[in-house]
Amino acid sequence: MYIVKRILIMLLTIWVIASLTFLIMKFIPGDPFASDADVLPEEVLQNIRAKYNLDEPIAVQYVLYMKDLVTFDLGFSIQSETRSVNSIIADGAPASALLGLQALVIALALGLLLGIVAALNHNKVLDYASMFIAIIGISVPSFILAPLLIKYFAVEWGMLPVASWGTWQHSILPTLALAATPLAVIARFMRSSMLEVTNQNYIKTADAKGLSKTKLVIRHGIRNAILPVISFIGPLFVSLITGTFVIEKIFAIPGIGRYFVDSIFNRDYPVIVGTTIFFSVLLVLTLFIIDISYRYIDPRIKLTSGGE
Amino acid sequence: MEAKRVDDSLFRPLSPEKRGHDPIQRPSMSVWKETILNVLKNKMAVLGFTLLLVIGFFAIAGPHMVPFDPAKQDLVNTNVAPNSEHWFGSDDLGRDVWSRTWYGARVSLTIGLIAAAIDIILGVTIGGISGYMAGRSKFGDRIDSILMRIVEILYGIPYLLIVILLMVIMEPGITSIIIALSVTGWVGMARIIRGQILQLKSQEYVLAAQKMGTSHPKIIWRHLIPNTAGIIIVNLTFTIPSAIFAESFLSFLGLGVQAPFASWGTMANDSLGVILSGQWWRLFFPGFMIALTMFAFNAFGDGLQDALDPKANK
Repeated sequence: MYIVKRILIMLLTIWVIASLTFLIMKFIPGDPFASDADVLPEEVLQNIRAKYNLDEPIAVQYVLYMKDLVTFDLGFSIQSETRSVNSIIADGAPASALLGLQALVIALALGLLLGIVAALNHNKVLDYASMFIAIIGISVPSFILAPLLIKYFAVEWGMLPVASWGTWQHSILPTLALAATPLAVIARFMRSSMLEVTNQNYIKTADAKGLSKTKLVIRHGIRNAILPVISFIGPLFVSLITGTFVIEKIFAIPGIGRYFVDSIFNRDYPVIVGTTIFFSVLLVLTLFIIDISYRYIDPRIKLTSGGE
Repeated sequence: MEAKRVDDSLFRPLSPEKRGHDPIQRPSMSVWKETILNVLKNKMAVLGFTLLLVIGFFAIAGPHMVPFDPAKQDLVNTNVAPNSEHWFGSDDLGRDVWSRTWYGARVSLTIGLIAAAIDIILGVTIGGISGYMAGRSKFGDRIDSILMRIVEILYGIPYLLIVILLMVIMEPGITSIIIALSVTGWVGMARIIRGQILQLKSQEYVLAAQKMGTSHPKIIWRHLIPNTAGIIIVNLTFTIPSAIFAESFLSFLGLGVQAPFASWGTMANDSLGVILSGQWWRLFFPGFMIALTMFAFNAFGDGLQDALDPKANK
C-alpha cells in the first residue's frame, strides 16, 4: 500500500512539474520561428504553426500535449523537425549518463577519502592539505577547470585527446572537470560530520573496548557520519547523469546536456517539456531511493508514522 | 552490628575561612564572551576573520587607490602585464584589472552573501520543519511530504525558464539576480538539513526536551538546528562561490551586472578565451580572490564551529 501511494504521489509530482513548465514556457515571450519570419511567407508560417498546434489556445495545446504524454510520446522537436524528443533523449542519454556516473564515482571515492583523512588528522598537516585541495575544488568552477585541463593534458603534453567522444581516453578529462567541485564539497561534508561523530561516546566506548582503528572508522565512524553526503548526492546524481551544458559543450560530447539549455533559447517547446519530464522522473525516483536508504544507513530514522 | 547513633556532637561548624561556596572550577562567563575567547584562541579562525576584514577593506577602498576607473577603456594600453602602474595588469579594452577586481568584489560579495543567507534561512527552516515532522503523526507525515514535493517541483522546473520568467517581470540588476538565485537555491540545503534532523531527532536530548514539555519550534531551533551547525557552515562555504559563478552566467544572459561594470564571475568568464593565449592575470586575480575569500570563510567557519561546539571543549 505504501509503495502504491508513493508511486501515485510521484506521478502527481511529475505532472505538476510538467504542467508548470508548460505554463511558464508559454508565458515567456518568444517564437520558435523568429529566425524564419523574414524569409518565409506568412501563409507558410501559419501552416508550420498549425503543424505544432501553436495556433490553438494554450489550454487546447496543453490538453493535446498531455494526451500524447500519457502514451509516453513526447512529440517532435521544432528545431530539428525529423527527430522525436524520445529519440533525442535515447541518443544522447548514454554518453551523458556514462560521463555523469564516472564523475560521481570519482567524486564520491576521493571526496570521502579526503574528508575522512582530514577528520582523523584534525588540525594536522593532512587535514590542512585536504582542505586546501577542497577549497581549490570549490573555488575553481568547471568552466575554468576544463580549458586548463585541455591546455595542459591535451595541448601541451599531448597525453589525452583534446575533445570529442569515443574511446575511454576521451572521457578522462571531462570526467575530471565534472568531478572536481562535487569531490570538494563531499570532502568538506564528510570532514565536518566525521569530526562531530568522533566526539561521540560510542566511539570512545568502541575505542576503549580495543576495536581496531580501521573497524572503528568503518563501522562506527563512516556509517554515522555519511548521511549529509547521501542527502547531497541525490540531486547531484540526477544533474550529473542528465548531462551538463558547459562540459558537454567544451568537450564536444554528444550528450543531452545541451538540449536543456538550447531548447529554452530556441523556444523548442516539445524539447523543453520533454527533457524536463525526463529529468523529473529521474529526480523523483532518486530522491525516493535516497529516502528509503536513510533507514538502512541509520535504523533509528523513522520516515513515516505508520509501520512502513 | 550495633547501629551508630547520629547526634549533634558528631557535627562541627566550619572554620570561618572555609565558609561559603565551594570554589567554582573556572570563572563563569557569558556564552558570547566564552565563544569570542574560544574563537580568538583558534589561529585559523583569527586568520580567516582577518582575511575577510582585509578583503572587505579593499572592496571599499581598492578602486580609489589607483587613478583608473573600473569601466574606463584605454585602447592604447590593452593587455598590459602587471607592472608598477597597472598593479594587476589591464584587459583587452585597457581597463585596469586592479580596480575592476575590487569593484567586482563589491558586486560578487553582496550577491554571494545575501543569496547564501536567504538560502540558509529558507533551507534550514523548511528542512528543519520537514525532518522534525516526518514520522511524528499522520499530520506530520503529510507536512513532510508536501514540503518535500515542493522541493522536488522547484528542482524539476528548468532553472533557466524561471530566470527568463524573472527577466520578463523584473528589471535586470543585483536584486533580480539575488531573487533568481534564491528561488531554487535553498532546496539542496533543505534536503540536507532534513536528513540531518531525521537522524538527530532520535537522540536522547530531544526525547528529554519533549518529555519536559518544550514546544516543538523550540526543540527545532534550540536543540536540533545548533547540532547541524557544522553542516550549515560547510553548506555556506560552497553556496557563496556557486552564487558568485551563477551570477556570471546570469549576467551573460542579460540579467545582471551589465558591461562595462564588473564582478568576479564575469571577469573570470570574460577571460576564458584568453588563458590559452597567455594573459594569465585576467583570470588569475579574480579567480585568486574567489579562492582567498573561500579560504577565509572556511577557516573562520571551522574555527567558529570548534568554538561553538560544547563537546569539543577542553
